[in-house]
Amino acid sequence: MYDGGKIVAGIIIGVIFLTFPIWYTHGTADPRPEVKLPEKTKECVQPKAYMKTNHMQLIDLWRDSTVRVGNRSYIAFNGKKYDMSLQNTCMSQDCHANKSEFCDRCHDYTGVVPYCWDCHIAPEEKPQAEEKH
Amino acid sequence: MGVNRRKFLKIAGMSTLGAAAVPASSALAAVNPIEWLDKKLGGFTPFETLLHLFHTPVGFKPGEALTGKQWVMVVNVKELDDEIAEACRETCHRVHNVPQIDNPRHEIKWIWHSEYKHVFTGQHNEHIAEKYHHLPFLVMCNHCENPACVRVCPTKATFKRKQDGIVLMDMHRCIGCRFCMAACPFGARSFNWIIPWPRESAGTLPRFRKGKEPPNPEYPTRVKGVVEKCNFCAERLAKGQIPACVEVCQEAAKEKGKEPALAFGDLADPDSEVRELLHSHFSIRRKPELGTGPNVYYIV
Repeated sequence: MYDGGKIVAGIIIGVIFLTFPIWYTHGTADPRPEVKLPEKTKECVQPKAYMKTNHMQLIDLWRDSTVRVGNRSYIAFNGKKYDMSLQNTCMSQDCHANKSEFCDRCHDYTGVVPYCWDCHIAPEEKPQAEEKH
Repeated sequence: MGVNRRKFLKIAGMSTLGAAAVPASSALAAVNPIEWLDKKLGGFTPFETLLHLFHTPVGFKPGEALTGKQWVMVVNVKELDDEIAEACRETCHRVHNVPQIDNPRHEIKWIWHSEYKHVFTGQHNEHIAEKYHHLPFLVMCNHCENPACVRVCPTKATFKRKQDGIVLMDMHRCIGCRFCMAACPFGARSFNWIIPWPRESAGTLPRFRKGKEPPNPEYPTRVKGVVEKCNFCAERLAKGQIPACVEVCQEAAKEKGKEPALAFGDLADPDSEVRELLHSHFSIRRKPELGTGPNVYYIV
């Protein structure tokens, strides 16, 4: 190999340069946010692990079903029947009434800005809840 | 002589074409391919159907939902007065969070009332009986059989629900091009020119123009730049309730001991109240000559 040393040195420098963002910021990430789960209701419409990773797909399916087909009832994994509605079911007073401590904590942390709330009405929160946060 | 390569290719090509042409031509002759595809895909686009292979739609129709093949509204104009018409408008707009904008250039209307000469523009003459001049004709989206707005919508944001004939808006998809407004011959659609529901800060309910009442928390609001119109109370039908304006009219009729001014029902059901009304009264529709097949009937 001609100029082997230079090539190998170049590759090493290149790898270091490309992986710089990974190792330079390693371990400096903010702690994972803790979301506040609803107090009254213990089970969601799907198991917790599924909801953690797939809630956006589920909400998208709910939207398609309710708006376009008119199928507004959903049978949850535990056999319970739910009305498919972001405002009236997910964010009802018995469930995720606290948007700032549930939705927003993770979304802010990951830099996700869903535009649901441009139109859908989030439950009104007491000012105290905001201050604690 | 045996089949050489050239001959083989010729026969193969011709027979493939022939085999494809027979079913294709018979299928084309029998049905409109676009309608056929629409029916096959249940109103979704082919792309969405592909997505659904990985992402199956969920849910079913709630048991308490009112169902029909083609919902229609019958307006009994003789039973209408300004008070009832105004109550219908007010209730509809409150239930659906329709923004109240005073500037007529920005105003949003789902249901409103107007005079005969404005509602039935082609059928007006100056010698029409005096009593019809100032009757408040209630007008709304006609939920046409063959809606021009659906045909022009580039994103399928507005669509005709196959199961019950309601023309609906999916505001998630509306890009605000306003083709539908140009296409609609009834002026039933309004565009949100200004921010309809400004929020004071995050975490508070949106309020329209300081001091006015807060929105109905059970129905969404919307953003600037989408078109909206009457939805025949699709969200109420799903709960087994009749449209809000019809409910208002029934209550008003009870109070005043008259017949209700609005009736709502399934045109496909021969025993329905609307069929009975249309059978026993003379009724007219707005601009039927345009061929859109409006589904709001006026008994005059």
